[in-house]
Amino acid sequence: MTVVIEGRNLTQDYRISGGLFGKAGTLRAVNGVSFKVERGKTLAIVGESGSGKSTLARIIALIDTQSGGELLIEGEEVNLGRRRPSPELRSKVQMVFQNPYGSLNPRQKVGDVLMEPLVINTGVPAAERRDRAEAMLAKVGLAPEHFNRYPHMFSGGQRQRIAIARALMLNPAILVLDEPVSALDLSVQAQVLNLLRDLQDEFGLTYVFVSHDLSVVRYLADDVMVVSKGEAVEQGTREAVFADPRHPYTRQLFAATPVTEVEAIRARVERRRAARLARAGA
Amino acid sequence: MGLLTIRNLTVRFATATGPFTAVDGINVSVDEREVLAIVGESGSGKSVSMLAVMGLLPDTATITADEMRFDGRDLLKMTPAERRRLIGREITMIFQEPVASLNPSFTVGFQIEEVLRFNLGLDRKAARARAVELFRAVGIPDPEKKLESYPHQMSGGQCQRVMIAMAIATNPRLLIADEPTTALDVTIQKQILDLLMDLQERHGMALILITHDMGVVAETADRVVVQYKGRKMEESDVLTLFEAPSHPYTRALLSALPEHATGDRLPTVSDFLQGGAFQ
Repeated sequence: MTVVIEGRNLTQDYRISGGLFGKAGTLRAVNGVSFKVERGKTLAIVGESGSGKSTLARIIALIDTQSGGELLIEGEEVNLGRRRPSPELRSKVQMVFQNPYGSLNPRQKVGDVLMEPLVINTGVPAAERRDRAEAMLAKVGLAPEHFNRYPHMFSGGQRQRIAIARALMLNPAILVLDEPVSALDLSVQAQVLNLLRDLQDEFGLTYVFVSHDLSVVRYLADDVMVVSKGEAVEQGTREAVFADPRHPYTRQLFAATPVTEVEAIRARVERRRAARLARAGA
Repeated sequence: MGLLTIRNLTVRFATATGPFTAVDGINVSVDEREVLAIVGESGSGKSVSMLAVMGLLPDTATITADEMRFDGRDLLKMTPAERRRLIGREITMIFQEPVASLNPSFTVGFQIEEVLRFNLGLDRKAARARAVELFRAVGIPDPEKKLESYPHQMSGGQCQRVMIAMAIATNPRLLIADEPTTALDVTIQKQILDLLMDLQERHGMALILITHDMGVVAETADRVVVQYKGRKMEESDVLTLFEAPSHPYTRALLSALPEHATGDRLPTVSDFLQGGAFQ
């Protein structure tokens, strides 16, 4: 298998102003993270807020420049700080953000949302842009009449479909998805996850999937990287990480995740009943 | 008899496009010391019915009910003054966004002491002492110092602990928690849920937990009400709900959980909707 994305010892520092009188300092949001993702696979980056998972996603999506380390996209080193990425490279990596209410311009019609990446990055003529946008709408499960509507006329799930469609307009090889379903209702979440699976199969997409939700990760990921305080504390295949989590932090995450198994609920209900009886007797 | 009994509650909002029914003939009751989960997706009206009980809905809402009773007292016939004595003392509520629920301009100590002075008539010194006690009870370390903090100086989990401390300050008989852990990380969610369950047991209060998260339901509830588009779809004890859900919508919700995925695809609610199984 070919490796499409590789991170070598990536770091990201943010300068923190110390306020009016304090001393300025640096915060290391990502600290020496290395990973590889093969073509057509999904790497899930799991962590809690402040873990640096979104910072890492922004580096991979070519939005932010890393402070240190190397990022390779299809074997080629990319460093935004040194060289502006070419339109071809930009087209290769696209991103879908968490909040579909914030990531779509409210003044832009859906059709224009979808056509804009083509305007910026390619020389595709207007008529073809429109055809491609309409085809993409159908791909993500929306109808042609949605073309001339504004984002506020759509539900959260539909908006996330639009955001996914926009990301796919440039035929990318890699999609960086930052918590794409965490703002969605359970039933809509299932639809969007199914859609992501279908699109991955159809276009051979490589996913970097950032999430805090272990049950979603278990459903979608091939490989898992658990990050905490900027460091990758655990890396492995989905099977390995879920069957035998090694790092204490990973175990803590698993222990905190609610269990919906019937047997676990039965045990809890029993415990509660016993505790009540004990108190009533005392 | 239940602690809180609501019969045939309907809430309508006047909107620019005509009246909208958010809650459509809901019956809810909760017993003393019981944990009731109201579960539903956005737009199911799960929050609105409890906001109606609290009297927190805007003027555009029209609330009708055949019965709304708390501990034998008729909420519908109460004067505003009587209601104010009840709400915030015997029935309290916490919300989804703990940081937004607190006033950013005052220290958390000032805010909790205000609750104690207003509702319990404590003087400044007694209020401070009680606030320290409460902070300790909800697991805030170094309470004397933390009382001087402003909300922005605390994490989301700690702000939710402050909200819980305020909500239990009056020893309420019913605490309504509206998505109390949705904005929090899983490890913090676990801590907050454990805290709520522990307080519920120790104070013997009833707890209504409004949530969209089946995991939270599984970990906390005694009894569950499932709502969809303003109507009640199903009501049963928690074990029955997960073991043998009777309503198609509940079955759909449970099978949409990624951890219940069997094949490559997740069933969606619309798969179950085919044939108009419910409306």
